[in-house]
Amino acid sequence: MNELVFFINNVVIAGSVTGSIYAIGAVGVTLIFSIMRFAHFAHGDMMTFGAFMVLLLTTLFPQAGAAIGVPTPLIMLPLAMVLTAALAVGLDRAFYKPLRAHGVKPIVFVIASLGVALMLQGLIRLFAGTGGQSLYVDDRKEIFRLALPIEGVRVPVVITEPQLYLFALTLVAVVGLHVFLSRSRLGKAMRAMSDNPDLAQASGINTHTIVAVTWMLAGGLAAIAGTLLSLDVTFKPDLSFFLLLPIFAAAIVGGVGHPYGAIAGGFVVGFAETLAVFNWNVLLRPFRDSLPEWLSLPGNLAFVGTEYKIVVPFFILVVILVWRPTGIFKGKVI
Amino acid sequence: MPLLDARDVHGGYGGMNILNGVDMAIEADEIGVIIGPNGAGKSTMLKAIFGLLHVSQGEVLLRGEPIQNLPTNKLVHKGMGFVPQEYNVFPSLTVKENLQMGAYLKPGNVKRMLAQVYEFFPPLLEKRHQPAGELSGGQRQMVAMGRALMAEPELLLLDEPTAGLSPLYMHEILERVKAINAAGVGVLMVEQNAKQALAIADKGFVLANGQNRFTDTGAALLADPEVAKSFLGG
Repeated sequence: MNELVFFINNVVIAGSVTGSIYAIGAVGVTLIFSIMRFAHFAHGDMMTFGAFMVLLLTTLFPQAGAAIGVPTPLIMLPLAMVLTAALAVGLDRAFYKPLRAHGVKPIVFVIASLGVALMLQGLIRLFAGTGGQSLYVDDRKEIFRLALPIEGVRVPVVITEPQLYLFALTLVAVVGLHVFLSRSRLGKAMRAMSDNPDLAQASGINTHTIVAVTWMLAGGLAAIAGTLLSLDVTFKPDLSFFLLLPIFAAAIVGGVGHPYGAIAGGFVVGFAETLAVFNWNVLLRPFRDSLPEWLSLPGNLAFVGTEYKIVVPFFILVVILVWRPTGIFKGKVI
Repeated sequence: MPLLDARDVHGGYGGMNILNGVDMAIEADEIGVIIGPNGAGKSTMLKAIFGLLHVSQGEVLLRGEPIQNLPTNKLVHKGMGFVPQEYNVFPSLTVKENLQMGAYLKPGNVKRMLAQVYEFFPPLLEKRHQPAGELSGGQRQMVAMGRALMAEPELLLLDEPTAGLSPLYMHEILERVKAINAAGVGVLMVEQNAKQALAIADKGFVLANGQNRFTDTGAALLADPEVAKSFLGG
């Protein structure tokens, strides 16, 4: 039983945490792709920017949360989302809109976004420094240890306060997005434009508005993802940048341009990663005595070492692109 | 004053002129049909009227107001609806959502116009929760026309609405065009099925090489032996 709890802690909880962050990041990437038709490489750094805004605001008003009994960073998240949305719209105005006006090929946008990514990251480094900083400036990160009421189980299920908030926020974001896309006039117009931009315009939909709304959504979601990530670990200027690969893998696994696919893809990649680095030795240990003599369990039975975790999304990406380039849900083939 | 009055329209793609001075006028209660050989500039003319193609010379008047080279969403606002020949539905949206998008600029109209469009195209009511991409060609054409009607246009532009349809559906769609016109919408359409289309046309425009060759009532064009010989396949 102890082994099972160990599995819950190291795979179920850890995988859900990673999966949630990938999912929210991938939704943003996929929304931008569905409207603008390019892979936005600066998405990771928009996430970092959002988390940095939370860090700044929390440092400025460390006591704000105590009044309501919620950690301050969470109070600051909505404001950081607005700021990141504004940044996203600003980035579009400054860098992508002129390119659109020239009617350049998608690859030009991709390269431009890489430039934006490096620039943003540099700017954040300039102000935040290069080290790690906790978003819990004045609060304490609560860790809940839930002892299971079963005899012989000594290991508790461990879950941290930010992880609980992470699950709640992910749920809210996913449901909110679903309602927006399927019920609201603007959300439907976004899907329409993703389907057929010319016809959307011929229907009277102002495509400039849709582009701006898409950036706002992507910015807001990026702020959530970046903040959740930094809450779970710490804030670092390059943290989210390194998540770009798994996030793109998630978006492609789910079917590019397909928001629900991106969510599913996020969890697929998140769980695949955690399962790949999980030490299966632990689960097999109870059966150690019943194994034949010639088969002894090695100390580490993980598929890949933790330091090679990044190969997992790469592997999934290659497999998906070879076998099912449109992803789980039928997305657009890049 | 005519509903649509296009005068001496010149235009084309990338410096190559396809339209070399086309005139076209229809009244508010009329059906206008554009026919002509491939490459005559029929669809191009429709696109020029709907602002999808740069008009380099001449003018397009909607109820006397110049509208050439306005962005398409402005034209929808001014009472024009356009149904392209291909890619004319949002495939992943349901039929109902497709129709709602047509009334994007007039959200207050949705309920009333939905009822009216379902009345025009009864099959759509049944299929309203199905993604438009799963429908047959004829039903898709109904969705496309219904979407354009949702904004209550005064002038409906149709680019080959019967292309690729079975004779049964072709007849059905042309009947619907007549009904839509009878409900007070001016129609200008490009058609390959020239005889059938001219039969319901108040005005016919025969284009060749980006210029008017014949302009008359539909009936007169059908009766004209020269038109019949050169453009209606004898």
